[in-house]
Amino acid sequence: MSLLMVQGVLPHGALPDRGLTAMCVLLVPVVVPALAAALAAAFGWRRSVAWAAVGASSAVLSAGIVAAVATVDGSSLAVGGLLRADALTAVMLLVIGGVSVIATWASVGYINGELLTQKTTSSGARRYAILVPLFISTMAGTVLAANLGVMWAGIEATTIVTAFLVGHHGGRRAVEATWKYVIICSVGIALAYLGTVLVYYASQHAGGADGIKGTLDWTTLVAHADRLDPGVMRIAVVLLVLGFGTKVGLVPLHSWLPDAHSEAPAPVSALMSGVLLSVAGYALLRYRVIAAVALDPGFIRTLLLVVGIGSVAFAASMMIAQRDYKRLLAYSSMEHMGLVAIGMAVGTPLAIAALLLHVLGHGLAKAVLFCASGQVLEITGTTRMDGVRGLLTRRPVLAGLFALGFAALLGLPPFSLFGSELALARATAGAGLSWVVGVSLLLLLVVFIAIARPVADMLFGPHDGAERGGIGERDARTGAATAAMQPAASVVPLVLGLVALVVIGVAAPLDGLLQSAAAIVGTR
Amino acid sequence: MSAALSAQLLDALCGGILLTAVLTLWRRDLAAIVSLLAIQGALIAGLALLLGITESSVELCLAALGVAVLKAGVLPAILRRVLADSGEVRETAPLVNVTASLLAAAALTLLAYVLSGPLVALAPSAATRALPVGIAVVLLGFFMLVTRRRALSQVIGFLLLDNGITTAAFLATSGVPLVVELGVSLDVLLVVLVLQIVAARMRTAFGSTDLDGLDGLRD
Repeated sequence: MSLLMVQGVLPHGALPDRGLTAMCVLLVPVVVPALAAALAAAFGWRRSVAWAAVGASSAVLSAGIVAAVATVDGSSLAVGGLLRADALTAVMLLVIGGVSVIATWASVGYINGELLTQKTTSSGARRYAILVPLFISTMAGTVLAANLGVMWAGIEATTIVTAFLVGHHGGRRAVEATWKYVIICSVGIALAYLGTVLVYYASQHAGGADGIKGTLDWTTLVAHADRLDPGVMRIAVVLLVLGFGTKVGLVPLHSWLPDAHSEAPAPVSALMSGVLLSVAGYALLRYRVIAAVALDPGFIRTLLLVVGIGSVAFAASMMIAQRDYKRLLAYSSMEHMGLVAIGMAVGTPLAIAALLLHVLGHGLAKAVLFCASGQVLEITGTTRMDGVRGLLTRRPVLAGLFALGFAALLGLPPFSLFGSELALARATAGAGLSWVVGVSLLLLLVVFIAIARPVADMLFGPHDGAERGGIGERDARTGAATAAMQPAASVVPLVLGLVALVVIGVAAPLDGLLQSAAAIVGTR
Repeated sequence: MSAALSAQLLDALCGGILLTAVLTLWRRDLAAIVSLLAIQGALIAGLALLLGITESSVELCLAALGVAVLKAGVLPAILRRVLADSGEVRETAPLVNVTASLLAAAALTLLAYVLSGPLVALAPSAATRALPVGIAVVLLGFFMLVTRRRALSQVIGFLLLDNGITTAAFLATSGVPLVVELGVSLDVLLVVLVLQIVAARMRTAFGSTDLDGLDGLRD
């Protein structure tokens, strides 16, 4: 640890002053969004406040890019004992920043539209404007934490901050979703806390001449992981996988996910599905290294394989006869997180690099899709897939974005998920787990059919007269609002997301960073 | 304080913590359950204080003070306010009746002793030998959470679970670092506040806090 601290403060690499860089990278992602939230608290929902949130998200993204440049060589940045950034943190900051830019940008049109159609009040809009940047800030704080206890507190804080975002729309369904979300996630996270306590207990008795005497500092724990008591660590690891797995949306404590994701406002769903799940996954990634060294590596692998394959299988089964497109997207998140858990189970550097690329690609694709689905809901007034027909002829631009988003999500080239799924399969087969590849491919085929068929109907299907009447009326009522927002505030961020997906997929600019990150948390 | 006396006190406190947890499963009167939770909070604070005195650690004594304020004062006060607002005084229809609940409690306590074997084995001492009590309270909280039908009962189940974890943390590690402890306490407080508001919204939307009403979201 002390060695890394010295490294972090010494001038190093292409950047002029490493200490200053560290301060910026570590503080900006937490402080700037918090300032945007303070602005919203002071002035309520305004155009300038909404754009300040977009600016804050861009700041997080920029900090992620600076962090990536500074840590691509495998070094790390640190301030004090609590904040730390390495290549893995940089990848997560890029995911958080990228998805946040899309989501906050789409929020501008989304909330203005809701205010116009009186679906929300000015106090509701103010609360939204405060909570969304706070949400981004807590997630950034979570990935920047050097201490596993602080990381835990950050993940629990995201539950608190997002509770009222899930309940934004009010009414029975929103209340129900909020209750389930808060209770199930809090219990899950409480189990993870018990796991954290046990890790701390094990570290207190790790012994040795240079004994580590009770710490939750990740770097120290990884360095001394082989001395942690296996009996205690086994219980701790089960609790941690179960607990953080709740927040990732993995079986068996996943039942909050479809409800919360389908009831939350579209940009919030984008953030929750695109980043929050992976931030919790990041916690598992950090603990996996410790567990792989402290225990027989097969233990954590089996555990993660069971929850991973279980989640993909459950999600696929729920997607087959799904009638609601927001729930379809929610279950698709569960499926992708299951794939990420399988990648974690494999745990080789190749698998870790692939799953990180997958997390980034999934985040961007889900952000595009949830934001687009919010606009589809705005136009059609229904989340039922059989209520949406002929989207391509009625709203060609939106339908095009929607279709491309699904193409990206289903892993078609040239989008980056094609490459990451292929790499995941290769890494899994390479680790001697060919049967896992076989099972996963079969399940992915089911998912592909379950998504492609209803989505094709939504895009191309003929819409009958009776339904057209209803939609025509809605179109007239909300048309003015959406048409006014259409060009800048609602289309541009989605296009940006898709372009980013293609660039990452084709030009592979992040390969070096992903490999550095994989070297940090991968095991052979 | 002699070692024998402090060990006896420790056992008495842990016995009290387990007893209050079992009693919450026995009582159906929600106000009585909240009082039991407050007593349990005070016992946990006493446990932290005892450990703080035997190890002469100022940090632990401060933590004990924090636990006393939060778990014996603030949280029960919030729950009492929810109770007064809702006018629901009894857990009317738990999924499992009282006799079966108490039998389950006995089984879960035994399970806790089996599960915590490796935990005690790492560093046997008076404190760690009482660790199964913390784990048992966690399991009892979980049991309450899944078998009760009132919103407030579920919150109490969650708090019971949290009390169990706090007890286990004090017994195993003599308290996690203060910054983590602070974060945890703040989180629990905020979760309960959030749940209080959601429960109020639930009453407006559904007319009661019977969770059987939560069936609008399904596939």
